[in-house]
Amino acid sequence: MSSHGPTTGIKYGMVIDLDKCTGCGTCSVACMTENNGYCLEDESDKVRSITWLRVYRLENGEPYPNTKVAYLPRPCMHCDNHPPCVSVCPPTATTKDEIGGIVSQIPTRCIGCRYCVAACPYHARYFNWFDPWPLYKDHVKQMTEGLNPDVAPRMRGVVEKCTFCHHRLMAAKERCYAEGLDEIPEDYYQTSCTQACPAGAISFGDLNNPEHRVHQLLKERQKDVFRLLEKLGTEPKVYYMTTQRWIRAKADNFLDVPKGTGY
Amino acid sequence: MESEFIPEGLQRTSATSFYLWQLPWLGLLAWGGISALLCLIVGLNQTNMNDYFAFGVWIVFDLSVIALGAGAFFTGFLTYVVGKKELKSIINLAVIIGFICYSGAVAMLGIDIGQPIRGWFIFWHANVHSMLTEVSFCITCYLMVLTIEYLPNILENRQLDKIKEIHFFSHNLHEIMFVFAATGTFLSFFHQGSLGGMYGVMYARPYAAREMFSIWPTTFPLFILSAMAAGPCFTLIIATMLEKIGRKKLVKKEAKELLAKISGRLLLVYIILKIIDTWYWGTVTAAEAGFSVSDFFREGPYGWWTVIFELGFLGVIPAILLNIPAVRHSTGALMFAAVLNCAGIVLNRFVVTVVTLAIPVMPFEKFLGYLPTWQEWGIAMAVIGYGGIVIGLSYRYLPVFPHEKELNAG
Repeated sequence: MSSHGPTTGIKYGMVIDLDKCTGCGTCSVACMTENNGYCLEDESDKVRSITWLRVYRLENGEPYPNTKVAYLPRPCMHCDNHPPCVSVCPPTATTKDEIGGIVSQIPTRCIGCRYCVAACPYHARYFNWFDPWPLYKDHVKQMTEGLNPDVAPRMRGVVEKCTFCHHRLMAAKERCYAEGLDEIPEDYYQTSCTQACPAGAISFGDLNNPEHRVHQLLKERQKDVFRLLEKLGTEPKVYYMTTQRWIRAKADNFLDVPKGTGY
Repeated sequence: MESEFIPEGLQRTSATSFYLWQLPWLGLLAWGGISALLCLIVGLNQTNMNDYFAFGVWIVFDLSVIALGAGAFFTGFLTYVVGKKELKSIINLAVIIGFICYSGAVAMLGIDIGQPIRGWFIFWHANVHSMLTEVSFCITCYLMVLTIEYLPNILENRQLDKIKEIHFFSHNLHEIMFVFAATGTFLSFFHQGSLGGMYGVMYARPYAAREMFSIWPTTFPLFILSAMAAGPCFTLIIATMLEKIGRKKLVKKEAKELLAKISGRLLLVYIILKIIDTWYWGTVTAAEAGFSVSDFFREGPYGWWTVIFELGFLGVIPAILLNIPAVRHSTGALMFAAVLNCAGIVLNRFVVTVVTLAIPVMPFEKFLGYLPTWQEWGIAMAVIGYGGIVIGLSYRYLPVFPHEKELNAG
């Protein structure tokens, strides 16, 4: 089942504290390992390398000694309102789940037209320009042994993206069924990046559940919370937090920071 | 032997000279064939497209040839549905150009998608919300219509026409052509519009996004209008080129002038609406998304010049020229205006495709450039090679221009 409109009920989302993020990249590595990502022969080709969770380096553009640097991890925003990628996909290879609101991708149905890649303003969608496995032709056995059996590797010519570790949601549902639980507890379903972050900058859970950390953070830190390109109206389910105004200004074009203020 | 296939009473060059003329086109086809094989076997890493430039020169070419091939549906509509009989002088050529453009575009799309074997998923798992689904359905259906429209002309070949059954079949097909012309017009309205709609609905890419009327963005009617304005001009350019190469008259002057006049009127309406649309987009639509036009042009080679060049030099000027009777009467001036008109539409398709993708949306993203590889050019050029061969063969062996004999009698 899929829907284009806002999610009601359970709504999975993420809150990332940019003041805590050190830019170490553990979240990216954890994501690639968990989701069977692969490395290109030339990983310096950043416009073709596949990083579902990309860490951007932000700079305030001020000269020394006012220079400031921050890091912004960018998973798929799992847009809640009419995700730009969902309605454009001709063979319905991407949908937004009615329960939970996760924007999923079905690589085996994707025809590789890349309309979704063009429509996404966050560059969260990646096309497989290369055949993944021949790159490891000398180490196929080791590589396949290291794969996560819960996640299907993608083939050349299809689009892929962050799924909020959807396979973990499936596993959590099975566990709850086995244990006779009606509701998925917060710690039963966490994304790999959330668990891997050494600084604890990433929180994940049901945005509508008052018992979940993400819900509480959005309430407690209301004035520090923002989303990327909010005026577009995509209603991302990934929130960012910062107390620094210059970082906040970097998230939207229309916000200005006075020059020379050291922000 | 070969000369027995040439329409009776028409002068054509010798077989040797004709086939030598085909060599450059075959060269382009070979270049395209090698490129296509590389893309299909090795993958789309043979191109310079990437996750920022998800679409490249192929989509620009696709959109352009589909707009330029619109002469087929619009001339068909004017000839068979509106009843402008003088256009019968050029309708066959318009249909052939349309057929080349559409079949070429479909072939290019087959290479462009990452999983060509799954192309049928668009029809099987159709997402009715996607503009691209509608484009795929309409283009496929319209290509069938174009084949049916082209068929009677093929069957009129001197040798084929001798077979009684074929003669009757093609005659009857002619009689009911208005049905196919009307179907073609209906289908073309939707896919030309949907091609524009594809970009207008990308509401999260503010450079392309436009205001919506119900489910259609303003780019929907604008693409239909611009294709209707440019398509007939492209047919006129090809007809004039054939006349120059063959050194004879092929199309009646009144047919050319009528087509140019209708094209000019439509271009004028289009350019007025496009200017209003651009102004509204710059002042309202983009502003509501948190952008100003200067944000779009803050870095990179694109800027106001693209807007001025597209709307002014390649828009307003041909629109004025084509509405002046003296310009339409002079072959040189008419060709100049027609070329500007067609170039304007190609630039428009380039802007909506490449400039849209080149402009960063996130404030911390940088402008990135893109230049196609030889493989990408090869596939694009193959469409031109294929077009040259189909037009050449049709001109030689089929009675494409019904008034050719009469016009060159003296």
